[in-house]
Amino acid sequence: MPVKGVFAGGRASSAPLVGQASEPTIFELSVPGRSAYSGRNTEVPEWPIDAIEAHLRPEAVELPEVSERDLVAHFTRLASRNYSVDLGAYPLGSCTMKYNPRFADQVAAMDGISGVHPGTPENGIQGWLEIFSVLESYICAITGMAAATLQPPAGAAGELTGLLLMRAYHRSKGRNPQKVLIPDSAHGTNPASVTLAGYNAVTVPSGPDGLVSVDGLRQLVDEDVAGIMLTNPNTLGLFETEIVEILELVHSVDGLAYYDGANLNAIVGIVRPGDMGFDIVHSNLHKTFATPHGGGGPGAGPVAVAEKLARFLPGSLARVAADGSLGWFVPEESIGRVHGFYGNAVVLARALSFMQYLGGDGLKRMSELAVLNANWLKSRIEDSYFIPYGQVCMHEFVASAANIKKQWGVRALDIAKSLMEEGFHAPTVYFPLVVEEALMIEPTETESPQTLAALAESLIHLAELAEGNPEVLAAAPARTPVRRLDEARAARKPILTEDQRTG
Amino acid sequence: MLGDLGMASLDDLFAHVPPGIKLQQPLPFDPGKSEFDVLEWFSGMAKRNLAARRDLVIFAGGGAYDHDISAAARSLGSQGAFVTAYTPYQPEVSQGVLEAVFEYQTMVARIFGTDVANASLYDGAAALVEAVNLAVGVTGRNRVLVSGGINPAYLETLATFGAGRSLTLEIAVTNNREATEWEAAAGAAAAVVVGYPNYFGTIEDLSQARAVADSLGALLVVVADPIALAMLEAPGSLGADIVVGEGQALGIPLSFGGPYLGLFGASSRYLRHIPGRLVGETVDADGRVAFVTTLRTREQDIRREKATSNVCTNQTLMAIQAAIHLSWLGKSGFREVSRKCYNSAHYLASLLESLGLTVTSAPFFREFVVELPVPAQKVRDRLLGQGFLAGLGLKGRPNHLLLTATEVHTREEIDSFSDLIAKEI
Repeated sequence: MPVKGVFAGGRASSAPLVGQASEPTIFELSVPGRSAYSGRNTEVPEWPIDAIEAHLRPEAVELPEVSERDLVAHFTRLASRNYSVDLGAYPLGSCTMKYNPRFADQVAAMDGISGVHPGTPENGIQGWLEIFSVLESYICAITGMAAATLQPPAGAAGELTGLLLMRAYHRSKGRNPQKVLIPDSAHGTNPASVTLAGYNAVTVPSGPDGLVSVDGLRQLVDEDVAGIMLTNPNTLGLFETEIVEILELVHSVDGLAYYDGANLNAIVGIVRPGDMGFDIVHSNLHKTFATPHGGGGPGAGPVAVAEKLARFLPGSLARVAADGSLGWFVPEESIGRVHGFYGNAVVLARALSFMQYLGGDGLKRMSELAVLNANWLKSRIEDSYFIPYGQVCMHEFVASAANIKKQWGVRALDIAKSLMEEGFHAPTVYFPLVVEEALMIEPTETESPQTLAALAESLIHLAELAEGNPEVLAAAPARTPVRRLDEARAARKPILTEDQRTG
Repeated sequence: MLGDLGMASLDDLFAHVPPGIKLQQPLPFDPGKSEFDVLEWFSGMAKRNLAARRDLVIFAGGGAYDHDISAAARSLGSQGAFVTAYTPYQPEVSQGVLEAVFEYQTMVARIFGTDVANASLYDGAAALVEAVNLAVGVTGRNRVLVSGGINPAYLETLATFGAGRSLTLEIAVTNNREATEWEAAAGAAAAVVVGYPNYFGTIEDLSQARAVADSLGALLVVVADPIALAMLEAPGSLGADIVVGEGQALGIPLSFGGPYLGLFGASSRYLRHIPGRLVGETVDADGRVAFVTTLRTREQDIRREKATSNVCTNQTLMAIQAAIHLSWLGKSGFREVSRKCYNSAHYLASLLESLGLTVTSAPFFREFVVELPVPAQKVRDRLLGQGFLAGLGLKGRPNHLLLTATEVHTREEIDSFSDLIAKEI
């Protein structure tokens, strides 16, 4: 049962996530002839179909046939079977699951924002162009960069865009280096993006303190190094204190430094990637700037660059034209577009509204409190969990269940699954790969001290429960809508559609 | 809290950050504002944009269409439980998102006529890039034959990302009815890419494209408009290996181009090469039906530098909204909307032809190219002032317009639009 010590806004243990029956799929709810559809009467004449007769499909697509009443009930019940930030705390490391303020929903819903066709000429989109222009200036000021493309629709798209910018830079100098350095603690998207950009990923081992060591790096840096990709703080939540020396080393062979903004929430207003020496920076607006994650997306991953790279940026930059109005501008040596239109525009507008709401001081306070919350939570649980890197952390920290596993046979996964029954989302587990039985915890700045205290109590309670009751944790969760799943079965004979269920 | 940490100020938390790089001055932004002031500012911006229905009747498509969106999709799709959840990595508390995505995958696979569909990609352009990456990975070749009838923005995106993998894109030109001329292509290729209908609205002959792909040992990748597929034969049934498309038309607002929805369906032959997330059915410890992300070993967080796709964040929320809207349309409504788009576009085309203009796309479904005796740009500018977005211009063809009409357009709107065009020519 949940610990009762502290009343906390971020604990969801009262939520009725207890429906024990399966929800039928919408196809199972379907009844022939039933429909929710209502279409307008446009008085456009029915047009003969003979011109395309040869191309018609023989049968209508088997979409569900449901009343609106049944449709609403189904998707409302599905929503009730899902944890979310709205429901409670979501200390999922590296994902920055902060609260998403409601006014941004109203920004996104405005007709003049959501109802604009991307093919509208420049004189009909002056408001949108200003939003792009102001957001670009905010991003550049926060990252210490000169210009930014807002097109990349997610962090991984930003990474690949940044690496292609890196490639364009080297080509412009008649060079073709092949290696990109990545620390062993990096997100999986980094090495994958490196490969897709046509580079070879070279792993940089972390030192015993969890940081990149300059001496170790020196062994790897040569003329074939195109650049380095780093998060700072890194995925262990630690600030790379030798960052200046690291980047100077990479720059000494004309390599470029790429800043993965996954962990930007730790440093806004405190230190800028540009001042550390980075040349290319992507920001995950769906992390740091509070645009909602949408169950996996949409995100937005703008890429900001130093002046020397601005001429390679993807097109559609909002710039002031000769007549004083705003217009689209494509740099002459642009690598080309990276999105079908201008990126996830409405997500961009949401992010800007969040930045304006907090303002300069508020954004700095955001990062300060994110770091304070992480350190305070870490100090609360460090007697119960092994903290492999004990120094002051940034916005997140990594605990390890290795000792608990060794003593009681309880794994990080069991702790994570049990925490859900305490009314909290699980932390990230088994990442970064350099920590055994890793529990990666990122409370964010939007959880109160009471919520952090309740979360700490739950984590401590689970560590205590492990001693003597490992089977309870191994069986958790028991009161969620479903219990642990047979994931091997799902992969062995994949059933990915309704037709594969029955067929 | 600081006291508990033995610290005196928030600055102490950052004492280990080298002082030389710390920001010495505040961020150069205005002070924070109330939410009402923020909304005022955005209201001001929104007024300086021309919005569909409010300010403009939209006869432009090109991958972004003005459709009616059900209230059900708008309200159910904006539930906090969907909007503010993360990727469903903990399935015990993510059954809502997982089951909705499973339903979405089913609908996309049925519309495309493919065995399977993934949980979404960023947009139509990204879906095409991923399809070509798949083909390159499977065949080990980097030559791709692309129809010149593909959306030029998608083509440019493909070229941008293709640079990293040394992709060679060969473009097959389109003819006087805006259909692809597959000249005697020879040699081996990874993929043949064709639109259906293509960017110019023409319904391409997929069996011919299939034959070209076979002659090159290539995969056939079809970029399809899902609304047209409510009536047209499914590409999967006509031999497509991979079908991709833009799903904005399935209940997503115009949104100035994003967030949209990248649709991706494929033959199960390529199951273990499909990019992005897949949701599958399984059972829980009590034997109950449940859903989970599966075949995870394909994904970047596990394969790292050996991955053939780097996609992580996708467009799940748009996928869920599309599933809700498609359920609201249902089997009959989906077809009816499609038929109405066909009717509106053909009615508009017939009015323009009666003005003596030439519609070049043939056969077309809901979008078409029309040739004007005057510069298209001038017509677009003039009509914008009169409340119409008069299609899209075509690169290198100054006198041509790409027009579309959908189920939202009344006969009166189409008549007025045609009358205004008449005055311009």
